[in-house]
Amino acid sequence: MKFEGKVIKYGDNVDTDVIIPARYLNTIDKKELASHCMEDLDASFQERVKTHNIIVAGNNFGCGSSREHAPLAIKESGVTLVIAKSFARIFYRNAINIGLAIYECPEAAEGIVDGDMITSDSDTGIIKDETTGTTYTTKPFPEFIGKIIADGGLMESIKKGNIR
Amino acid sequence: MSMTMTQKILAAHAGLEKVEAGELILVSLDRVLGNDITSPVAIREFNKLGFDNVYDKEKVTMVMDHFAPNKDIKAAIQCKMCRDFCAEKEVVNFYDVGQMGVEHALLPEKGLVVSGDVVIGADSHTCTYGALGAFSTGVGSSDMACGMAIGKAWFKVPSAIKFVLTGTPRPHVTGKDVILHIIGKIGVDGALYRSMEFTGEGAHALSVTDRLTICNMAIEAGAKNGIFEVDDKTLAYIAERSDRQPVIYKADEDAIYDEVVEIDLSQIKPTVAFPHLPENTHTTDEIDEIKIDQVVIGSCTNGYYENIKEAAEIMRGRKVAKGVRAIIIPATQEIYLRAMKEGLLEVFINAGCAVSTPTCGPCLGGHMGILAPHERAVATTNRNFVGRMGDPTSEVYLASPAVAAASAILGRIASADELDA
Repeated sequence: MKFEGKVIKYGDNVDTDVIIPARYLNTIDKKELASHCMEDLDASFQERVKTHNIIVAGNNFGCGSSREHAPLAIKESGVTLVIAKSFARIFYRNAINIGLAIYECPEAAEGIVDGDMITSDSDTGIIKDETTGTTYTTKPFPEFIGKIIADGGLMESIKKGNIR
Repeated sequence: MSMTMTQKILAAHAGLEKVEAGELILVSLDRVLGNDITSPVAIREFNKLGFDNVYDKEKVTMVMDHFAPNKDIKAAIQCKMCRDFCAEKEVVNFYDVGQMGVEHALLPEKGLVVSGDVVIGADSHTCTYGALGAFSTGVGSSDMACGMAIGKAWFKVPSAIKFVLTGTPRPHVTGKDVILHIIGKIGVDGALYRSMEFTGEGAHALSVTDRLTICNMAIEAGAKNGIFEVDDKTLAYIAERSDRQPVIYKADEDAIYDEVVEIDLSQIKPTVAFPHLPENTHTTDEIDEIKIDQVVIGSCTNGYYENIKEAAEIMRGRKVAKGVRAIIIPATQEIYLRAMKEGLLEVFINAGCAVSTPTCGPCLGGHMGILAPHERAVATTNRNFVGRMGDPTSEVYLASPAVAAASAILGRIASADELDA
């Protein structure tokens, strides 16, 4: 899978309460959830995400609640890839399960700055910062997880009989 | 065999003799839990799968606690979606308004978790049941849907940090102070992806309630699970509530840990986590005057009988400070009823508190105590993120029931010792 886009950069410990505040969890409508994405953290997100589709963040991205509404809201907003130094574990598995691409890559998360243009190929694990010319390499997903992603998420894996 | 307690439970549920940290395994589930916020997403996914029935009508469990009693029309629709699904699939353990409690206080109380179980819940605080020697962890709604369909979940086998607890806590220092102290020490990602295994004579000296509180907040250190060794207290607690036979797992003598951390419980002081992270901890003796607008005593962290009782004893014969709104939420119907029979609710009402039916309510900014801009609350809940209890400029200070009760009386963040003095 290939990715290309400009970066919105955040710091450490971006929690699920700022990704999608609980006051909006009275719906499961993806579009409505997306319309409140990052509302309590970054008032400019809704406007910027129209032209910037990659999030780069620090440690422990997605910490807090187990709400799958968080990766769903990010994905529905148009974000195609999230790169972070580390992810909170429930967010990590939720992203895999719903098919939102995520890379754990501390070097890239450190080096890439807000507004940079990024290209990436999940087959090679290479992330290129086109703005600075710097190249980073992520660890590939373990085979088991790679298969879930290739199937298009956990539900598809089950439908195909790959997990039983 | 050199496995941790967590690894042993996971190996047994994966049908493997041995597992190692980092290994990806498929595990059989003894219980699959969801609430009124996460279950609707799981139901939507489940319905796409084309399964006629859930894998086990007894093991699938839903609790309407977050925005229930329904806070608005949309919340009512979400609860109805769960109610209709459970009726159609004949789910036995569906807990609605009138029977429900805050889910993680309710499941142990109803005997739905025993030692050695593997439990997943579409709620991050599912890690609470480690207090009973079970492996339990929070997952998302897709995992819940998958669990409801096939009774299995995938896991990466975690490594572990061993916490050796010694000593006994001083008066008015409870499980909440212990876990806040630990999170302050190791940070909000200090146990990321790992198990927190609690052992030592200090661990065995703690009550089951304190253990529930400690495991409840393992997620606030990023952990996959928190778990206590099983002892007579665990077994007595379970025997009162469940007919099922607990299975006792113990870490091997030569189990490999990433770290061993020793904690002397007798040295821990009343501890408060300042906004906006649970790791921003301060002890009450080093806090300047911080005026507060609201106190919340309840939640899956601290809404247990022991907590309600301690808060009531501190408030007995006293009045909530002028300008402070104090809200008491016993976590389950059983706790609520016992507090009523013992006159504790009367103590709270005489002190000027509002007493509520069980709900997660204000903990996650749902209802029953939302904060206005720049307001401050002391809460016995588990998270103090930006906007957690209301307006993004409001502030939540996490504390024990004793600190919360004393703070309500004094109108500022205070330890119970200040009232005794």
